[in-house]
Amino acid sequence: MMNSTINSAPATAPTANHSAREMIRVKDLHAFYGESHILHGVSFDVKQGELVTLLGRNGAGRSTTLKAMMNMVGRRTGSIVISGQQTLSMKPHHIPRLGIGYCPEERGIFASLDVHENLLLPPTVSSGGMSLDDIYTMFPNLFERRRSQGTRLSGGEQQMLAMARILRTGARILLLDEITEGLAPVIVQKLGEVLVQLKARGMTIVLVEQNFRFAAPLADRHFVMDHGQIVEEITASELPARREHLNTMLGV
Amino acid sequence: MTMIFGVPMAVFMGQLTLGLVNGAFYALLSLGLAVIFGLLKIVNFAHGAQYMLGAFAALLGFRYLGINYWLALILVPLVIGGLGMLLERFLLRRIAHLDHLYGLLLTFGLALIFEGTLVNLFGVSGARYATPEILQGGLNLGFMFLPTYRAWVLVAALAMCLFTWFMIERTRLGAYLRAGTENSQLMQAFGVNVPLLITLTYGFGVGLAAFAGVLAAPLYPVSPTMGSSLLIVVFAVVVIGGMGSILGAILTGLGMGIIEGLTKVYYPEAANTVIFLVMILVLMLRPAGLFGKEA
Repeated sequence: MMNSTINSAPATAPTANHSAREMIRVKDLHAFYGESHILHGVSFDVKQGELVTLLGRNGAGRSTTLKAMMNMVGRRTGSIVISGQQTLSMKPHHIPRLGIGYCPEERGIFASLDVHENLLLPPTVSSGGMSLDDIYTMFPNLFERRRSQGTRLSGGEQQMLAMARILRTGARILLLDEITEGLAPVIVQKLGEVLVQLKARGMTIVLVEQNFRFAAPLADRHFVMDHGQIVEEITASELPARREHLNTMLGV
Repeated sequence: MTMIFGVPMAVFMGQLTLGLVNGAFYALLSLGLAVIFGLLKIVNFAHGAQYMLGAFAALLGFRYLGINYWLALILVPLVIGGLGMLLERFLLRRIAHLDHLYGLLLTFGLALIFEGTLVNLFGVSGARYATPEILQGGLNLGFMFLPTYRAWVLVAALAMCLFTWFMIERTRLGAYLRAGTENSQLMQAFGVNVPLLITLTYGFGVGLAAFAGVLAAPLYPVSPTMGSSLLIVVFAVVVIGGMGSILGAILTGLGMGIIEGLTKVYYPEAANTVIFLVMILVLMLRPAGLFGKEA
């Protein structure tokens, strides 16, 4: 273990758990797609039970940061330590077994599988995942439509499915890419409630989000990205004073 | 004598059976091609040679090791499938990041090497493989005489097709295969060992071809070129059926066999071209194939 001081205090109040165990530490991460250099030295950390966001404009490198952590981009340099393990030279299919669940921006629902099969598809990465009953209680729509082809679901239902299937695997770290994109307000609200429940279960969450109003009340810290770098870190308590500034930076 | 559209019933049924047996081979082979193409995106040009290797392995296994037909039916697909896995692991994987055309070229080259080597060793005339005793002779069904071995081929091929369908559509490994065919990168991100899945899939497809080869050994002369002529027709069958569905590949294989067989009855001159005519028609009307999904 890199950091053996585990804080026993409940991680309810945002920013109160600074000495909690570090789950993710990314340092000076560079990533390349072929010839193009996308990430230029990204550094950030996430503690156990924390929810952090990666904010920024399109093309700032937020999705690429998540993909680089999953070893889904071309070449990477720097350091990515997850649960105390250096992952830079790990094979892509070994990384999720550190207890990571990844929800891609395009949701990645499989057309040739029905809803139930989609849900059961990702292999278990550690014990203690949610049971099917728990999941169907959290997402009753999915139960009703469990025999439908995965891609016949509405956008909102597909997003629920993409979330649900990584909760079953026992993942304790969730990397969620643009989960509210293009969804109706009522669905976005439901996703917010789900995130609150997951946080209460002690999950560590990295949220790439365009919808800042959705992310603001949920997150402990915000990392603002620009041109493939983290340019600013804003804690939840600093947020009210810096909202104007942030709006200008994100161009909203 | 009963006539069907001016043809004696016995002749009609005889050609229908021949067509169905050919169709069973088309189904087995196109199934393997489709499974391999789905996950590896490679058109496996070595498929005909691997079918031929199956027949040869049965022949040589009997001649030199005394392995009987029934044992060969189990062992040969495993051995040739294992050889396929080695090819995937040590050759195809090295070029997996390149354009898929290179995979086509590599498998085409491998087919030439397999065929050339066996031509050098055994010549092109072909050898006979004895039909197992219990399957010799035939059944008199009253309206026709049904050779027992052909009936067995039909049953065995269909059983293997159904087994494949079950494996792919109803098991967890099959769900991995279907999902990996759609988006293998995401499967890696879920923790699935996709390189291993690819090796197993290629081995399975090759094993299916070898199984067909063993079934074919007592039926056709076992020769190094027996696969290459068959493969051209099988490619046409795959194009007609489309890549989308397992059941589609099976039905198209059988259907094309029947159409070919009946053409032999009514217009023998076209028997060798009718499948390609159907292919042209399908490409004009439904480019993704009868059972394929529009991209």
